[in-house]
Amino acid sequence: MLEPLIYELSTPGRPGHRFPDPDVPLADLPEGMIRQDLMLPELSELEVVRHFVRLSQLNHAIDTGFYPLGSCSMKYNPKVNEDAARLPGFAHSHPLQDPSTQQGSLAVMYSLQDWLKEVGGFAGISLQPAAGAHGELSGILMIRAYHRDRGQPQRNKILVPDSAHGTNPATTTMSGLRVVELPSDARGNVDLEALRAECDETLAGLMLTNPNTLGLFEERVQEVVRLVHDNGGLVYGDGANMNALLGVVRPGDLGFDVLHFNLHKTFSTPHGGGGPGAGPVGVRDLLVDYLPGPVAAELEPESEALPPLYGLVMPTKSIGRVKAFHGHFGMHVRAYAFIRSHGKPGMRAIAEHAVLNANYLLAGLRQSYRVPFDRRCMHEFVAEGRFEGVPEIHALDVSKRLMDYGFHPPTNYFPLIVREALMIEPTETESKPTLDAFIEAMKAIAEEAHSEPELLKGAPHGTPFGRLDEVQAAKQLVLCCRPAELERAAL
Amino acid sequence: MSYIPHTEAERRQMLAAVGVESMDELFADVPASVRFPDLDLPKPASELEIMEELQLLSEANLNTRQAACFLGAGAYNHYIPSVVDHILRRNEFYTAYTPYQPEISQGTLQAIFEYQSLMCFLTGMEVSNASHYDGATALAEAAILALNVHQGKRDKLVLSPAIHPQYREVVRTYLQGQSLEIVGDESLGSRPEEYLDERTSLVAVQYPDFFGNLHDYGSLVVAAHAVGALVCVVANPIALGLLQPPSEFGADVVVGDGQPLGIPLSFGGPTIGFFTTREQFVRKMAGRLVGETVDSRGQRGYVLTLTPREQHIRRGRATSNICTNQGLMALAVTAYLSAVGKHGLRQVAELCYHKAHYAAERIAAVEGYGLWNRGPFFHEFVIRCPIPPAELNQHLLDHDILGGYDLGPEYPELKGHMLLAVTELNHKEDIDDLADALREAAHA
Repeated sequence: MLEPLIYELSTPGRPGHRFPDPDVPLADLPEGMIRQDLMLPELSELEVVRHFVRLSQLNHAIDTGFYPLGSCSMKYNPKVNEDAARLPGFAHSHPLQDPSTQQGSLAVMYSLQDWLKEVGGFAGISLQPAAGAHGELSGILMIRAYHRDRGQPQRNKILVPDSAHGTNPATTTMSGLRVVELPSDARGNVDLEALRAECDETLAGLMLTNPNTLGLFEERVQEVVRLVHDNGGLVYGDGANMNALLGVVRPGDLGFDVLHFNLHKTFSTPHGGGGPGAGPVGVRDLLVDYLPGPVAAELEPESEALPPLYGLVMPTKSIGRVKAFHGHFGMHVRAYAFIRSHGKPGMRAIAEHAVLNANYLLAGLRQSYRVPFDRRCMHEFVAEGRFEGVPEIHALDVSKRLMDYGFHPPTNYFPLIVREALMIEPTETESKPTLDAFIEAMKAIAEEAHSEPELLKGAPHGTPFGRLDEVQAAKQLVLCCRPAELERAAL
Repeated sequence: MSYIPHTEAERRQMLAAVGVESMDELFADVPASVRFPDLDLPKPASELEIMEELQLLSEANLNTRQAACFLGAGAYNHYIPSVVDHILRRNEFYTAYTPYQPEISQGTLQAIFEYQSLMCFLTGMEVSNASHYDGATALAEAAILALNVHQGKRDKLVLSPAIHPQYREVVRTYLQGQSLEIVGDESLGSRPEEYLDERTSLVAVQYPDFFGNLHDYGSLVVAAHAVGALVCVVANPIALGLLQPPSEFGADVVVGDGQPLGIPLSFGGPTIGFFTTREQFVRKMAGRLVGETVDSRGQRGYVLTLTPREQHIRRGRATSNICTNQGLMALAVTAYLSAVGKHGLRQVAELCYHKAHYAAERIAAVEGYGLWNRGPFFHEFVIRCPIPPAELNQHLLDHDILGGYDLGPEYPELKGHMLLAVTELNHKEDIDDLADALREAAHA
């Protein structure tokens, strides 16, 4: 224990934040409805600040060091975006205000929708979804609604490649549809024969991540899409890996019918220690009316005398709201600023440098680590964290040892189709010296795996915490603290 | 402004190391017919230009620091102590991701554990998860939990009409793929008790309800439990600083939106959905969860736990597809509750209560207006208006007042009524001005 819990720092009677005294006459409190106890801590402001600053210092973050977590696009979060989202006109706007008093917010949303349409090659966007998985749910519900609307409710099968993120099958089940898993072929692509075999009258759609979770571009993506379309299905794109495609190819042009963007990956909004994200969905014409809503719309175009009038409208056959109000607006402002800073040439430069950085790492590590499906990668690649002659060393050990070199580990054990997977994604904002240092560290670890395997098994050594016992956490569930006062009362 | 650091020389060296001549070659797998589209996007802008542009856009809004805000209906204008945002802006918190590697993520993990603890004590429940997207999606997840508790054998869900209309909409969106009957909110007069039967998996109510009313749900809970249904209470967390927690009347699940606890309105998002329940349902509860353990050196520490429930292991058999939480918003709630403490939260709640009652009394005394609420209410109340609320609100805007929520469109029975919210940020003078402006509007 390096920092006590907030409850352990509490002292009864310690004055905290002070609010003003009431400036109105006091009303009678409702009888029998007032709570007797409220177990909240009592601390001075300085104690609160020190507590959280000390806690923060126990974290690795993008702003403290390289964070090559595959599939997460841990790129730099520009500081001006933080300031922009906190402008009083944005931060202190109520979501139910009359649209005439929110033209600025609606203009931000409308422009962002427009730009995402352009980048994705889509006809419509909804900014409602709060995260990638939330966008997936929206997309699959739209596909379901589309088939039902066309009198084909029997189309209830969603195909999901075995390399897909676990949210894909979970989303399908949650939407009341059936999941069928598709194998990958020897080059890491969707197995076309297996796909063909599943193309029947129950086919609702296919969920495809492209580049896939191996960091590989689907070599026959147009054939895959055509096959699904020819058999009456729709194609859902998981946009987790859009960072490789910005300005390079538009998913809509490849035939994807619906795709979610991750503003927190591709468009630099901060990951926040795990949320809030934002997962807007883009769709081709045939699904525009089914978008979750409301969406921002231009009600009256710009005229010589007046700026355009923006409002919020519900698409005619909408699957409904997926959250209260209008999505994570604070994230929309940040993404707006990010796209604005890069513009048209910048979009392509992002993808180019993200892909260059990944291939550079791949070239530097190929000698020391086994790489399955070794092709030109896109913005990330998957290596294996296992070594000949030292079977006791696993990907997890490599990861933990990386911490001693000051790096955040890659994503472990995903995708499931690779043994001891280490999924590495550098992003475009990392410089060559950082990548070189990472390559050196990874090489040193590969050598240590043979020469001093116990160094890896016992890692990390130089961090404030050693390996945490996850088995004990699950076995003896302690999910909330029991303050000393409560324990005394219980005795 | 570009955040790409490469020099021309580095680019050349790196391309050579990769074994290609140009950037274009990296994308050989992409079909040539659709490669490198000509995007119609604005030109790149400098930081200075972007900030000027967004400053102008933000000023095109009327915000709740410029106008007196009496709008609530699920999003509340509260004071946020400065310390909260200073904590959120710690780089180590906001530029980290999900704490998959606990050895270097103890800051995030301990903060979430503290968040879970605070939410348990606030709601009176035994366990809390690490949060959902917002109050509405937390309610939808409660409905899914109830279906799972009953192993899919119960196909009816009862929603009180006095739950936020958008929350009820979200529940319907989430569950449209399940064969399920969602009832109870057809008209304002519906009472959840009338719908209970052996098919009911969950009955959900709001506390205070959408109209600000305070109910003791004790008898409803008894009736629901008698038929084996679970009870979910959607609660306002500020109200819980003053009022009995829903655990006192036997709730099985308590959810709500944590926005009032230190999160700015931000045009409706991001906020946070809190989700608390009984220990017996912990393995059916969706969402991320942090638990206590020890490290290899014997130190107390924290990890993500019970992950086998989650979709990256269970895939198609997972109970929900949620794979994140609202990490930074949970930190905001934790920092807020730590800063205001037990006395501060009670103080905020009392300020809201007293000011709302003063406002209700002042407005009800204005000719033509009347208070619709009959019993006790917290910080929101419904006013019967002599002219349509939409017109009234236009008039109030001229006085730099953001008026109430027009109830007519969602509740035909309440045509001509508006829902007003009062918080610690509304001064007595603002309330007096509101009453005067309402009088003026009625007699204009």
